Amino acid sequence: MKKNIAGTEVDVNEEGYLTDMTQWNEAIAATIAVEEGIPTLTDKHKQVLEYLRQQQSAGVALTIRSMGKSNVVTVKELYDLFPGGPLKKSSKIAGIPKPVGCI
Amino acid sequence: MNKHLLILGAGTAGTMMANHLRKRLSKSEWRITIVDRSEKHLYQPGLLFLPFGIYEESDIIRPTRDFLPDNVEFIQAEIDAITPDTHSVTLKEGSTLTYDVLIIATGCHTAPEETQGMLGPKWRDNIHDFYTLDGARALRDKLANWPGGKLVMHVNEMPIKCPVAPLEFIFLADDFLREKNMRDKVSITYVTPLSGAFTKPKAAKKLGHLLTDKGIELVTEFAVEHVDQEQNRLVCYDGREVPYDLLVTIPTNMGDAVIQRSGLGDDLNFIPTHKNTLQSLKYPDVFVLGDATNVPTSKAGSVAHFESETLADNVLLHIEGKPLKAEFDGHANCFIESGDGKALLIDFNYEIEPHEGGFPFSFGPMSLLDESRINHWGKLAFRHIYWNILLKALPMPGISRQKKMPAEV
Repeated sequence: MKKNIAGTEVDVNEEGYLTDMTQWNEAIAATIAVEEGIPTLTDKHKQVLEYLRQQQSAGVALTIRSMGKSNVVTVKELYDLFPGGPLKKSSKIAGIPKPVGCI
Repeated sequence: MNKHLLILGAGTAGTMMANHLRKRLSKSEWRITIVDRSEKHLYQPGLLFLPFGIYEESDIIRPTRDFLPDNVEFIQAEIDAITPDTHSVTLKEGSTLTYDVLIIATGCHTAPEETQGMLGPKWRDNIHDFYTLDGARALRDKLANWPGGKLVMHVNEMPIKCPVAPLEFIFLADDFLREKNMRDKVSITYVTPLSGAFTKPKAAKKLGHLLTDKGIELVTEFAVEHVDQEQNRLVCYDGREVPYDLLVTIPTNMGDAVIQRSGLGDDLNFIPTHKNTLQSLKYPDVFVLGDATNVPTSKAGSVAHFESETLADNVLLHIEGKPLKAEFDGHANCFIESGDGKALLIDFNYEIEPHEGGFPFSFGPMSLLDESRINHWGKLAFRHIYWNILLKALPMPGISRQKKMPAEV
C-alpha cells in the first residue's frame, strides 16, 4: 500500500514498514521515529540506521547479537536508543524489513 | 573408479545426498564416502516429544548405516579441518581424505556457553534444553516430578533450528500439565528476542489467539544479557527481568566447530551459500545444504529434503560442466503441534509467507495454517515416512521441491 511520509509517497506493508528501501530518506526516518516515540534522531541513531541499511543491502540477517558485535553500538546502547523494541523500531526507522521468524 | 565424492555429516541432509547421488553417479567412475562423528542417526523432530513421554528413545534413534546405500563408505570420525584450496579434509585421528566434489552437511548445534551464566551449577537442574538427547532426557525426568511454579520457555537468539519447536513445546506442556491436573499450579511464559510469537502477518492474524486461549504470557524483544542462577531469573540488556522456577531454553544455535576451524563460516559458523544453487559462494567444488548453510530460510528437515533434490541435479550438472539450476526457493513445510491432539501445517518459501489452503493438494487432505486432527496424525505418521522414504530419497507423491503457489498471494 502507498503512504505519504514527510511529503514523499512510499510503499509500505500493513505494519508500516517500507517495502522498498531505496524510497527511504532522512526526513522519512525522522517522521517514523516520532511515531515510534523517539522525538530526535541523534548521530548515534543515524550511525545505527546506516549500519542496518548496509547489512540489509548485503543480505545479512539482522539480529540483536550481530548489532552488538558491529562496533557501532553495544546491545545496551541499542536498547537505550530504541527503548522497548530495538529490532522492530530500528528496522522500521531504517526503512528495512522487520526481522521475523518463520511464522 | 578414479573420482571421489565426499559428504561431511550423515544427518538428514547428508544421508539423503548419499542416497540421491549413489543412484545417479556411475559406480565405476565415482566413489562416495560419508563421514560423521556418530554412528547413530537421531530423528531430531522426535526430541520435542521425549520430555512428555510421547516418544521413547528407541523411537528416535537408528543405526546410521541402515540408511546408507551399498557402495557408500561410512567413516565414523571427528573432522579436524576442511581445506578447499587443496581439496582435502583431515580427520582427527590423522588421516586425510581428498575429494573431487565436497558436500558439507555438518548441521548446527546448541551453544549454551554463548550466554553468560547459562551453564553453571543449575544447568540441567532447573535450566533445561530439549534440542539435545541428553537435554530432552533430563527434562523428561525433571517434568515427571516437578511440583509446578513458573515455567519459562526462552529463545536466546535467531536463527534456531526448527523455529516453531519452542511454541510447540509450550502447547504440549499446557496439555501435559492439564492431564496431570496441575495446570493451575503453573504459569507459562514465552520469552522471545523477536517482536512477537508470530511475526508474519497472516500467521499472527490466524494464530495470535492460541497463546491467550491457553493462558500463556508473552515477553518480546528480550535479549538475555545473563542468566542469574542465584536468583533464578533471566536479565535483559535493558534491565527487564523474567523470574523462573523451571527454565526451558533454546540456546544460541551455531554451525559445527570444524567450520570455524577451517575458516569457512560467518560469526555463527554458518557457511555462505548461494541461496538458489546451494553452491559455496567461494569454492565451486563445494556444495552445502541443511542446517550448515546461511541461506535465509528455516533450518529444518523439510528444507534439507527440498534442497537435496535441487542439489543432486546441480552436482551432476557441475560434474558435466553445465550451468547450475538456480531453482531452490527456500521451500519449507512444517507441522506445528498445537496441543489437544491437533496440529497446524505451514508451507512457505523465501518470498511467500505461511498462508491458508489445502496440502499437498488444493483440496487437502491436510490444511495449511489451520488447527486440525488430521495435521496431528500427519505429524505422527511423518516419523515413519522419515525413516522409510525421506532418508532413502524415495519419491514422495504430491510433494514438490519448489513451493506450489497459493490460490491467493
